[in-house]
Amino acid sequence: MDKLNYFASFWLGKLNLKALPPNAIQMGGAIMIVSILIGLLLFITFTKRWKWLYKEWLTTQDPKKIGVMYILVALGMLLRGGADVALLRTQQSISVGHNMGILSASHFQQIVSAHGTIMIFFVAMGLMFGLINLIVPMQIGARDVAFPFLNATGFWLFFAGMILVNASLVLGDFAATGWLAYPPLSELKYSPTVGVDYWIWSLEIAGAGSLMAGINFIVTILKMRVKGMSFMKMPMFVWSVLGAMFLVAFAFPILTVTLSLLALDRDLGTHFFTAGGGGNMMMYVNLIWAWGHPEVYILVLPSFGIFSEIVATFSRKKLFGYSSMVWAIAAIVLLSFTVWLHHFFTMGAGSNVNGFFGIMTMIIAIPTGVKLFNWLFTMYRGKIKLDSTLLWFIGFVVIFTIGGMAGVLLAVPPIDYQLHNSLFLVAHFHMMIVGGVLFGDFAGISYWFPKIFGFKLNERLGRLVFWFWFVGFLVAFIPLYILGFMGATRRLDHYSAGLGWQALFVVAAFGVVLIGIGVGLQILQIVVSIKDRRKLRDVSGDPWNGRTLEWSTPSPVPFYSFARLPLVSERDAFWAAKRLKQKDTRPYEDISIPKNTPLSMVIAGGAFALGFGIVWHIWWMAILGLVIIIVTIIVRSMDEHTEYILPAAEVERLDRMYAAGGSN
Amino acid sequence: MSKVKKRWIVGLFILVVLVISSIYLSKVNIPVLEPKGPIADQEFRLLLEVTGLMLIVVLPVFILLGYIVYRYSDQNKKKRPYSPNWDHNLLVEGIWWFIPTALIVVLAIITWRATYALNPYKPIASNNAPIVIQVVSMDWKWLFIYPKYNIATVNKIVFPVNTPVHFYITSNAPMNSLWIPQLSGQIYAMAGMRTQLYIMANQIGNYRGSSANISGIGFAGMVFDAQATTNNIFNAWIRKVSSSPPLNKASYLQLSKPSLYVKPKYYSRPIPNLFNDLVLSYLMPKYEQRKIGIAWIN
Repeated sequence: MDKLNYFASFWLGKLNLKALPPNAIQMGGAIMIVSILIGLLLFITFTKRWKWLYKEWLTTQDPKKIGVMYILVALGMLLRGGADVALLRTQQSISVGHNMGILSASHFQQIVSAHGTIMIFFVAMGLMFGLINLIVPMQIGARDVAFPFLNATGFWLFFAGMILVNASLVLGDFAATGWLAYPPLSELKYSPTVGVDYWIWSLEIAGAGSLMAGINFIVTILKMRVKGMSFMKMPMFVWSVLGAMFLVAFAFPILTVTLSLLALDRDLGTHFFTAGGGGNMMMYVNLIWAWGHPEVYILVLPSFGIFSEIVATFSRKKLFGYSSMVWAIAAIVLLSFTVWLHHFFTMGAGSNVNGFFGIMTMIIAIPTGVKLFNWLFTMYRGKIKLDSTLLWFIGFVVIFTIGGMAGVLLAVPPIDYQLHNSLFLVAHFHMMIVGGVLFGDFAGISYWFPKIFGFKLNERLGRLVFWFWFVGFLVAFIPLYILGFMGATRRLDHYSAGLGWQALFVVAAFGVVLIGIGVGLQILQIVVSIKDRRKLRDVSGDPWNGRTLEWSTPSPVPFYSFARLPLVSERDAFWAAKRLKQKDTRPYEDISIPKNTPLSMVIAGGAFALGFGIVWHIWWMAILGLVIIIVTIIVRSMDEHTEYILPAAEVERLDRMYAAGGSN
Repeated sequence: MSKVKKRWIVGLFILVVLVISSIYLSKVNIPVLEPKGPIADQEFRLLLEVTGLMLIVVLPVFILLGYIVYRYSDQNKKKRPYSPNWDHNLLVEGIWWFIPTALIVVLAIITWRATYALNPYKPIASNNAPIVIQVVSMDWKWLFIYPKYNIATVNKIVFPVNTPVHFYITSNAPMNSLWIPQLSGQIYAMAGMRTQLYIMANQIGNYRGSSANISGIGFAGMVFDAQATTNNIFNAWIRKVSSSPPLNKASYLQLSKPSLYVKPKYYSRPIPNLFNDLVLSYLMPKYEQRKIGIAWIN
């Protein structure tokens, strides 16, 4: 028997039958996720798409396809994070007084943590990197990114992290600590299960992927701009992405190190953040927010960039105050590293420390306010086309301004003492991240959809989607501000009767229902648009009368993006080209294009094995994963033939065909 | 349905919602907006002041947004000026760098002053000497020790009205945050550390206190009652609690076991120096704790 136990623990680590979900609701979640997975695999098998999937998607190095995959994963995770919310608000609507609701406290807290983790890392980050991959190379007139293999690896690591988070639904549990897993609660003493380990290792893996993507896009923007595109001629989206990617490069290493130290505490018994033994939990809290605050700007800056593009295009007018906008981005980038302490004014720091960080935080409102005024004046004296794409912008201004006001309140330390960790805070940051980030990403998707797929999204449904999201969002979060004033703290799985909270929680839950309908309509919108794709087809390649270079290509954009590299002499290069109506008579040239390779996927597979192995203490698997990663990197660096040549004659043939409205 | 009619219906609907919600909100208790002590009161006033100042910038944004979208929308059939290349004007850009900057300068001054004035460690000026209460957050309840009165309680404090209360706060467990919104803002309770908070009530009443920071499965039940009362009732309460069973090693160890939704408990004669020894015990390894005899404590 001892031998058998030893055998099992060698091969399976801590993994055993007890890791399966303990109750009906958790089992339901597990069954759902497993059946979705099986359903997907069966669908691919029955429609005989494995080869196509492998050749066209899984091994691709084309940033446009990687972008589409990022967005698909993110939308899938939006459904998962949304299902989490449905459970949370249901629990909070009924778990009052003697009624303990439908979820156990631990399960509730796991869902809270999973919701935050998934929405930030796998939805917001995924949508952002997806849109960056799709659009940034084209906007700077490049056919590709600087490091295509690194870029693909970044995506696959993101994917591996996503799988690891969702694996916790089936095997073991997830962190019940809140999405930033403050110690000492997240230390082994208070969280002895694998939940926190799942959290650590999925973020380690996805975070490494983000860092790779960040470095890749810094170099891409700095080095791969087409001739003539000086810095002050770059589209505003590119500027905002450059800012965000610098933040990624400086902030994500902090996350990686912090999580590693926490992992050392848990696995090797060190005392970096433990209560006792010389550990200091506030060190962790400082470090995690030194990453966490810039992270907010990493997400929101690209959205700002998207809005800059959309407002100019749909107002048919140049972006107002271009250089102001650039300086505002630069200011935000610098300031975002100087405000982290405002997340814990209540730790008992002195007045000068709290006062300093409070004021620094407020200062960020200045460049943000300037951007807002510049957008408004871009619309002023324009010809505004009120498409659903622009509606997202208008919704953003309303929500972001309200949320921003709440943010300035929270930046005043004495006010923060009263509102910290309350639902007021929750309402504030959802207004910033949903209103600011998600609305921007949705606007970007509906704006650039025809460029990628060759047809527009259904406009009527698009408007309906917006209104459900917008109204639903206000209904879901205005009550949370009031609940915060009423003393309701975040992450409560239960509260006593007679506080007057229940009615507001029910209203908030109704808001979630409205948003849910909005999401359902979004899916319907995509389905209907695919069905009507011939009617919605974009033959011009420039459906919105665009201003930037991506609109100079045919829709859907060919895999080489530009048959001839575009000419740039001023800002809004395509707008200028349309006005000049010059005919391009330059000869075609050979194009070198990176070959497909499965090695990015292999590295991510190794990373998954490494993470899963450490989570369950299956050491052979962890070591195997590490070896796979190292060997694959060595093999890849030996390969000197990573590109192939698309001859000029073929480029010419394809270009003529696309120009004549044909498709491949 | 005509567009105008539709607008009327939407407007009417919003009005009805507003009326119903304000009737509801006038009937419930909103602690942060109904302060019962000087600290919470100043924090509330500050909140109003800052909100008012921000409206100087926020209202124009909303008005401009509505005005510009309405006026320049291409659904608006009237002819409007259109200047597609107007993208820069030093004066107007200067104005909207200047206005938010000026506002933030004012807010910064207010913030700096208020942060000093409302420093939670700052004693409250009063003719009455403050009552010291040592607070320990445990899994999952609050232990309150009154060193001067030689009693201890769980999830319940009583103190005289118009008398400052001086909390010393630590944790025997994961981090928590002590918050009594009607009396003051919150402050963290951290193992191995000691934070402080001064509060005062200027009205008799029972105020809800809770933990604002997640600390495990019993976190939602870490609610306590803070009762501000007259001197006489307070003294009588002290006498009553003094006859409770003692908080000795055995009962302390019993208490420190994790427990959920704990009803108020009363102890007399708490172990001397319990609070300081607890803080200290988290700052040293076990063998050092043994040397000074506090290894039993956590």
